[in-house]
Amino acid sequence: MTTLSEVDVVIVGFGWTGAIMAMELANAGLEVVALERGEMQDTATTANYPNIIDELAYSTRGKLLQDLSKETVTIRHSVKDTAVPYRQHGAFLLGNGVGGAGFHWNGMSWRAFTADLRLHSHYRERYGASFISRDMTIQDYPVTYEELEPYFAQWEDVAAVSGKAGNIRNSILAGGNRWEAPRSAEYPLPALKSIYGAQVFGKAADALGYASFPVPAANASAPYTNQYGVRLGPCNFCGFCEGYGCYMYSKASPQTSILPALTQKKNFTLKPRSHVLRVETDSTGKVATGVTYLDPQGREVFQPAKMVILCAFQMHNVRLLLLSKIGRPYDPVSGEGVVGKNYAYHMNSSVNVLLPKGTQLNPYIGAGAAGTAIDDFNGDNFDHGPLGFIGGASVYHLRTGGRPIGQSKPLKDGPNWGEGWKASVQNDYQRTLPIYAQGTVMSYRDTYLSLDPTYKDSHGQPLLRMTFDWHENEFAMIRHAIDGATQIGKAIGGEVQVNLRKSGSRFDTRAYQSTHTTGGAIMGDSPANSVVNRYLQSWDVHNLFVMGACAFPQNIGYNPTGLVAALTYWSVDHIKKLYLKNPGPMVQA
Amino acid sequence: MSDSASRRHFLKSGLVLIPAVTLAPQTVFSSTPAEGGAEDKHAGERYAPRFFSSAEWAFINAATERLIPQDELGPGAVACGIPEFIDRQMETPYAYGLLWYMQGPFLSDLPAELGYQQKLTPREIYRFGIKACDDWCISTHAKVFAQLPADTQIQILHQMEAGNVAMNELSSALFFAQLLKTTKEGYFSDPLYGGNRQMAGWRMIGFPGARADYMDWVDHPNEHYPLGAVSIDGQRA
Repeated sequence: MTTLSEVDVVIVGFGWTGAIMAMELANAGLEVVALERGEMQDTATTANYPNIIDELAYSTRGKLLQDLSKETVTIRHSVKDTAVPYRQHGAFLLGNGVGGAGFHWNGMSWRAFTADLRLHSHYRERYGASFISRDMTIQDYPVTYEELEPYFAQWEDVAAVSGKAGNIRNSILAGGNRWEAPRSAEYPLPALKSIYGAQVFGKAADALGYASFPVPAANASAPYTNQYGVRLGPCNFCGFCEGYGCYMYSKASPQTSILPALTQKKNFTLKPRSHVLRVETDSTGKVATGVTYLDPQGREVFQPAKMVILCAFQMHNVRLLLLSKIGRPYDPVSGEGVVGKNYAYHMNSSVNVLLPKGTQLNPYIGAGAAGTAIDDFNGDNFDHGPLGFIGGASVYHLRTGGRPIGQSKPLKDGPNWGEGWKASVQNDYQRTLPIYAQGTVMSYRDTYLSLDPTYKDSHGQPLLRMTFDWHENEFAMIRHAIDGATQIGKAIGGEVQVNLRKSGSRFDTRAYQSTHTTGGAIMGDSPANSVVNRYLQSWDVHNLFVMGACAFPQNIGYNPTGLVAALTYWSVDHIKKLYLKNPGPMVQA
Repeated sequence: MSDSASRRHFLKSGLVLIPAVTLAPQTVFSSTPAEGGAEDKHAGERYAPRFFSSAEWAFINAATERLIPQDELGPGAVACGIPEFIDRQMETPYAYGLLWYMQGPFLSDLPAELGYQQKLTPREIYRFGIKACDDWCISTHAKVFAQLPADTQIQILHQMEAGNVAMNELSSALFFAQLLKTTKEGYFSDPLYGGNRQMAGWRMIGFPGARADYMDWVDHPNEHYPLGAVSIDGQRA
């Protein structure tokens, strides 16, 4: 095995968190090496027009997605079951390559609510301890919204987020989200123009007394130069965000927001096609010595490093910890151990409104975050007392595009093929306005991640095993949000079709739902309840940091990237301010 | 920044491919059967399949046309080149199952929610499915599928969809789902792949294809979009 010379920092995985960490630590003068197991990809080479406008290659066959033939996860509904492989992409779409899922995401960029980050305390204080069901393992984030606010702002500048503030320093502003946590300033860019469907949705919601607002979009509404000197161009509503790189340099991604500045730094090296097998530790098990990876020729290489930062996707970070035997694996029977604990997800449902014949929604005019939302059913923005559940959902109309293979369908009850199918699809395409509800999933004692005892990846290492199913709290939460969406649908007029995930249904791995998988390497205030401390530093190995949504103790009612990025900026700022001066545990256990 | 040069380059190349001129408005109803045309049908026949045998090719042509028939809204599957699309897909990594995790053990009798758990690749699903369907048609109707009247074919497709055509190697519902999925992909994917000829699928719903630039039309809510579809290689509808 080859051993390379030691570097200051080795980063494992090069999506959003890897790019942010690399940029900030390279700016601090450290020698940084980033190992990415997928291919190099960039806007000009991978997202160039017109080749990128190819639904079959990208959305249908998943050209930018993880090659499941080499590695996947296994899934089971309960600890009693045998897990089987997630053989085809379905419920969630794992990214791959430079930029990771940040290259092919939609760009919805949210902050968390103040109460989201102290969820357990908040519900206990407002509704009483008995309101929290005993099978839930929810806990507070060990960091407050006030502490994170500057880092949300920093992220929004880097990603050129377009939006309309609803709360600047506790002053409520018309046109924005009145429920949002206080911001220090307006969004970097004004909101994207409102597509027709969003106008229809917003008008109906406002008439009912809700306060609609534009979805915060990391799809630039105008040219913007961020703090790294990288310039993004304006979004042209091409309708090809999710599953695609952005040919317009408008959707924030590591490529459009960070890489042009980062790759000019001599103290930064990006190595694609470098697959990390495990983090190595010294004989005490308390200090990481570096990582072992397979180079593009398949040879084992040891990269020694003073600091190791795991920046792979949520599931992959958890798996690397388990494969590296760092931290005590969670045991759902005893409730002890922490690695793999508190896996959570999103619970979604929708309402379709069939608008009158002749309506021209022009659904292909869209962007990943082109939409209008309300938060009256999200967070603790309503009285949960009589409802009896925890959490909430954001309710919105969003038009990511009108791509015909995946985004056209027959009318409800229309034929799925043969005579009448064309007419049914044609009818639906211009007239159906979907209203989505994307809601929280709490963490539970019986939902967790572990290593699979049977199935292996192409290198012979065990796959990650997911044990997950829905709980009654989430069915109640989504029913409440969908009641609200239905009310808005009826106010819009026309036929309203409700697609509610019904109580008792099982987690279905086949149809796409959300790639917002969270937990497994959660942050907390003690090694007994978490894998990392408030700075995302491993409790067990002080020079190991773990980024990403794996740190969420439970999920929020929003797309996670904004919170993931803010936590990364928060972590790296404290690494620079505290850790580099005095390497060691930043929080005493 | 360093990306400005490549940005100019794509803008330039984008303009070369799609000049900013307004084409004649194209209504979604303009794609008449005549336009789909006998000529296209012959084009379909001229294509020499690489994966499908002649018997299988006859099945594919008949079955896809039943799934997407020619009607007043435009050409059917054969005129759209969908059989060619499917045949060409059979030579891609997807059809060899190379995009899927295909390590065993393959467990059966699991909840459907846990997803596909069989070891068959799309190539095998097609090969075994067509043979089994034709065998079943011979035993029940004395002819292979392609030689049966259209009404009977439709009835058999419904039976397959419901899983009611007995097959040894696989369930008829799995075969039907694969057939329908690939057929629709061929109807709606870029013409680059052999289907969606003359962008008939896109014209049917009014999708402008690879235009992918609506900076102007976002300011025209609820108005008919005036430009016809374009394909990746620059064809215009």
